[in-house]
Amino acid sequence: MVETLQQLLPGFLIPYFNMLMQLGQDFFGALWPDIVTVVWTVIKVMLIILPLLGIVAYTTFWERKVIGWMQVRIGPNRVGPWGLIQPLADGLKLMLKEVVIPSGADQVVFLLAPVLAFGPALVAWAVIPFNDVMIVANVNASLLYILAVTSMGVYGIILAGWASNSKYAFLGGMRSAAQLISYEVAMGLALVVVVMVSNSLNLGDIVKAQGQGRFADMGLTFLSWNWLCLLPMFVVYVVSSVAETNRAPFDMAEGESEIVGYHVEYSGMAFAVFQLAEYSAMLMCSTLISTLFLGGWLSPVSFLPDSIFWLFAKIGAFVFFFFWIRATFPRYRYDQIMRLGWKVFIPVCLIWLVVVGCWMMSPWNIWK
Amino acid sequence: MEFKTFVFYFLSTILVYASLRVVTLRNPVHAALHLVLAFFSASGVWILLQAEFLAIALVLVYVGAVMVLFLFVVMMLDINLDRLREGFWSYLPLGAVVALLMAAEMSLVLVGSFYDLFESNVPQTPGDYSNVKAVGRVLFTDYVYPFELASVILLVGIVAAAALTLRGKRKTKSVSPGQQVFVKAKDRVRVLKMPAESRD
Repeated sequence: MVETLQQLLPGFLIPYFNMLMQLGQDFFGALWPDIVTVVWTVIKVMLIILPLLGIVAYTTFWERKVIGWMQVRIGPNRVGPWGLIQPLADGLKLMLKEVVIPSGADQVVFLLAPVLAFGPALVAWAVIPFNDVMIVANVNASLLYILAVTSMGVYGIILAGWASNSKYAFLGGMRSAAQLISYEVAMGLALVVVVMVSNSLNLGDIVKAQGQGRFADMGLTFLSWNWLCLLPMFVVYVVSSVAETNRAPFDMAEGESEIVGYHVEYSGMAFAVFQLAEYSAMLMCSTLISTLFLGGWLSPVSFLPDSIFWLFAKIGAFVFFFFWIRATFPRYRYDQIMRLGWKVFIPVCLIWLVVVGCWMMSPWNIWK
Repeated sequence: MEFKTFVFYFLSTILVYASLRVVTLRNPVHAALHLVLAFFSASGVWILLQAEFLAIALVLVYVGAVMVLFLFVVMMLDINLDRLREGFWSYLPLGAVVALLMAAEMSLVLVGSFYDLFESNVPQTPGDYSNVKAVGRVLFTDYVYPFELASVILLVGIVAAAALTLRGKRKTKSVSPGQQVFVKAKDRVRVLKMPAESRD
């Protein structure tokens, strides 16, 4: 940990840092390493959560702008220069609104549901590697951890539907939960293939494994990332991510043409937390796609250095992609969503799993 | 007290409390939620034992999948607690025997570990030791036949569940999307030319 900081800090700060460590050592004695670990962990968590909340707020603004441009409108432009203060105004408005709790609703569960939807989308960031050293917790099975944590997001939805004491919310909750569970299967199978070719469950190792190969030796690293050799899995994963985050064209919960949705009874900040959960899940999915299929922090060509900015650029591109398809495609019908998940994606994944398995056992294995 | 011990007691307290509430709560949905909490704290205890694969698998399988389906069912059932309690006294003897047996088994395990009967001390492993790799290697080499057998049984379960819910030919009027996408505009819409009539 101390070594990581010494690598990350700019040179002129290192003497001060060393002095601080020495002072703490003298003052606290044997307890000092524990204190440093706790403080450093809290700092790391804050360093992720605070910017994330800001980015989530401005993602909503960016989305409205982008969709506005695509539909030849202007988008928000009244609050502040170019409408830049719009997210703050929205947040203030939502906080001042009343949270209406329906009569007969289960109050505790009703208020707990948005938290349960938002929590997993934040917790999953703990194992995302931003580059070689910048990671909150470098655990061995980080991909499994992400699968486990994101699979808990469905509780927020199903409980919101149940606790509202409304038939429409309940039906909407059931629909959304069934949609999430269906697409989780396809996503999990796609991840199995990625794990097979990377020979690791650690996200950092998966990124590093993508930096090797024939094309990487030729200087064209972006051709040896997983998206090319696992193209069907890449497509399945991207489309499933859209379905998993409840975004258009799979947004059955919020669609104007639907009268059921798990959050029809929510208002004010409780509703806003569901929206925050959706946007942070969208950022999370973009990050995962970038990490698993597009080489994370690796640079696309070998004459440019690897850097965290590549990761941010990839995430930004994918978030833009999410907006783009929302502005472009008509909404799916519910039975079509289910058909796509169960009858198209899962068979594709199962077949490609066997194909990649045979490929890895054959002499043409490219992942050694 | 070591920090690890504190974490252990913290998690175990939640685990015991949640498990008690599962059987004492009147609302079945609340009981199911407490069961989720119990699974979650149990996986925390397993992580303390450095069994991170088992812990994550517990959350992934039980919390993420099984309990969601459970909630689906429990929410849709109209459970009448009074009718459920009708047979309480007639089932009590059988229930008591099962409970006693379980208590005896658990106390045997406890007593056994006090007298060092089992080799249950957790081996200390280096930080980069991959639990998943070790479990996978054992599963696919030493225990490959039981593993395959279990997966075949699960597959039979899936097929059986599908077969049970299949009741004859479907009578819905759904269209196949494969045919839908080939529809041309002129199959559906006929544009008529109607010249405006003059009013003379």
